[in-house]
Amino acid sequence: MNIAWDAFTPWASLAGGALIGLSAALLILGSGRVAGISGIVGGLLKPGGPELPWRLAFLVGLIGAPLVWGLFAAPPEAQPVAGTGTLVLAGLLVGVGTRYGAGCTSGHGVCGLSRLSPRSLAATLSFMAAGFVTVYVVRHLIGG
Amino acid sequence: MQALIALVAGLVFGVGLLLSGMANPAKVAGFLDLAGPWDPSLALVMGGAIAVALPAFTLAKKRSRAWAGCALTLPTANRIDAPLVLGSLAFGAGWGLAGYCPGPALVSLGMGSAPAGIFVLAMLAGMAVHAWLTRSRA
Repeated sequence: MNIAWDAFTPWASLAGGALIGLSAALLILGSGRVAGISGIVGGLLKPGGPELPWRLAFLVGLIGAPLVWGLFAAPPEAQPVAGTGTLVLAGLLVGVGTRYGAGCTSGHGVCGLSRLSPRSLAATLSFMAAGFVTVYVVRHLIGG
Repeated sequence: MQALIALVAGLVFGVGLLLSGMANPAKVAGFLDLAGPWDPSLALVMGGAIAVALPAFTLAKKRSRAWAGCALTLPTANRIDAPLVLGSLAFGAGWGLAGYCPGPALVSLGMGSAPAGIFVLAMLAGMAVHAWLTRSRA
């Protein structure tokens, strides 16, 4: 295996991860809810109900984060890797997949593993494996 | 109170994603590309997140009320079934194709990214498809 040391950002990634963990801790202990982004977004598709206000508030904070970030620092590097057709296909797969799979990187990967849930471990291993295989196919079999 | 804490949690989550590199699709692809020059950074994102969240969830399992006064609800599903595995495989394929998972896509939308906007619209459509296909059981 060939490590990309020039791209490796251990401290920023560890600190960013710790903030994500802090957010999940705050939401479960403070608001009593799991920080699963796909569940929060998917839940908005069912109109009304007592879960609506906290879900909307969480998403306002999430989407507003770059504005707050911009008050203190330059925007972080963000380089897209896919064209429009691929983005549409990928978005559909992520939308359908996270709802059938009942979670994504946050709900299963962070919160579920932190709960020591075997179900979330199975989900995390599944989406990680699919991610690795997909990038291998796209970059090395089709694009190589 | 529940919503106010959620607002702060969403903000902290978003800043964490921006700092970690998760909101950069090229970096996500660099992590998922084991056969190329591999960037292991994102493994540390998950490690850092779990290191902080694990004690909180351990505590949460012993509590029935949140600080905001509302009920503290943890997931109860524990079956490892076909929808879980197949859904997660589809999600992982989409994540690999675009380099976006739901949280980073929404944060990137907040950065004004047009590709993230296209991805989020398609993701919402995918979620709506699921809601429609499962409507009779809802």
